[in-house]
Amino acid sequence: MPAHTPLFEQHQSQGGRMVDFGGWALPVHYGSQVEEHHAVRQEAGLFDVSHMTVVDFEGEGCRDFLSELLANNVAKLKRPGRALYTCMLAENGGIIDDLIVYGRPDGAYRAVVNAATREKDLAWIRAQAEGTSVSVIEREDLAMLAVQGPRARDAVHGLLDDADRGAVSALGRFWAWDSESLFIARTGYTGEDGYEMLMDASAATRWWEQLLEAGVAPCGLGARDTLRLEAGLSLYGQDIDETTTPAESRLQWTVDLSDNRRFVGRSALEAQLEAGVPRKLVGLVLEGRGVLRQGQTVVSEETAGVVTSGTFSPTLKQSIGLARVPVTTGDQVAVDIRGREVPARVVEPPFVSAADS
Amino acid sequence: MSDIPGDLKFMASHEWVRVEEDGLLRIGISDHAQNLLGDLVYVELPESGDDILREDACAVVESVKAASDVYAPVSGEIVEVNESLADSPETVNESPYDDGWLFTVRASDDSELGQLLDAEAYQKSIADEDD
Repeated sequence: MPAHTPLFEQHQSQGGRMVDFGGWALPVHYGSQVEEHHAVRQEAGLFDVSHMTVVDFEGEGCRDFLSELLANNVAKLKRPGRALYTCMLAENGGIIDDLIVYGRPDGAYRAVVNAATREKDLAWIRAQAEGTSVSVIEREDLAMLAVQGPRARDAVHGLLDDADRGAVSALGRFWAWDSESLFIARTGYTGEDGYEMLMDASAATRWWEQLLEAGVAPCGLGARDTLRLEAGLSLYGQDIDETTTPAESRLQWTVDLSDNRRFVGRSALEAQLEAGVPRKLVGLVLEGRGVLRQGQTVVSEETAGVVTSGTFSPTLKQSIGLARVPVTTGDQVAVDIRGREVPARVVEPPFVSAADS
Repeated sequence: MSDIPGDLKFMASHEWVRVEEDGLLRIGISDHAQNLLGDLVYVELPESGDDILREDACAVVESVKAASDVYAPVSGEIVEVNESLADSPETVNESPYDDGWLFTVRASDDSELGQLLDAEAYQKSIADEDD
């Protein structure tokens, strides 16, 4: 039986269509995935993302430990509250996971990693931490909500007490506010402004109800997928995985090679960059009729590529996708959709930016 | 609760069949199916004149999240397809048994119709599926 988040009862009573999502019972939508998608682009939407894995790092030497574990450089987290997007690589340069790491007071850090990779990530992290004085603490006691959309911040501000409101309102993008009962970060996975909030599981229900009362629409994971794809954001397990490197995945910008810091995967990645990166991840806009889907073959003059994520974009009202193709692929390809070769244009994501919608 | 009109025949895979006055069969997907699929964004239909075989995939309905095959309830020849779905696939969500029909067929073997489910049997098959 799939695990329940602290908001399981709310999802059921609000009409969520529940599915098994990587071992968690979560709503795919509450009636219309498309309406929920538009709610986030135009107003504000609320997602239960309590299935995500929160890992705290405490003790002596966290910074050195994370500096070696992660491909981006935690030295950039000069003040508590700063957030950093990064990949965690295997020795061969393949991506074990992508995650956000936050600086916290007293030399501690917090990472939020994917749900589907929980066991693998924790095993890897704990193995790396062996013999160090770093404590790796999985925070199963916390629930996580994402509030996203042009009205998301105002909706949250209205529910904060005066002390928190001032600090949270002043947060820049990729900054977090760490108070006793609430950890709130101006980050997200939809391409819209908004917050990701961590709170004690027992407080999650109250937050959920109050945000709905404030006019924020409950949204399922279906809309989360179409939103993140419009924003050109990778999904672990589809667009990136251990067989792909950041250089092949539009994520080289997250890898910090600027000094001599040693980190897991660095030498393999440098060797690949020197030899030449064979593949790239591109955006596709379908020009004919149909819908791009994961696994479809991309046909071009070069060898074939593959669609890694595809959907119908509710904002653009046409099909979009991400595809891994040979690095020499030009700006026009075709995609094999059930035996039909449908033309597609190669574009640079994002497909939709917050300002367009 | 899904709407299941009593005058239609069904497949367990959620296609419905209506026998028209001229003897042609009109085919679509059930209210239950459109509800399961969610917002439809694309419908790929056969062409008029195509021959179809019972239980073969002959059309595709795509929602935002996935593509699903539509199976031929009977063998025969496609007579007409619902061209309006090219521009408004959501009609299948809004009116699955009327404006959202998919295609009509001239059946090649009338006995195949007898093998389909009636409304009551279809209702039962949905209930079993939900268990």
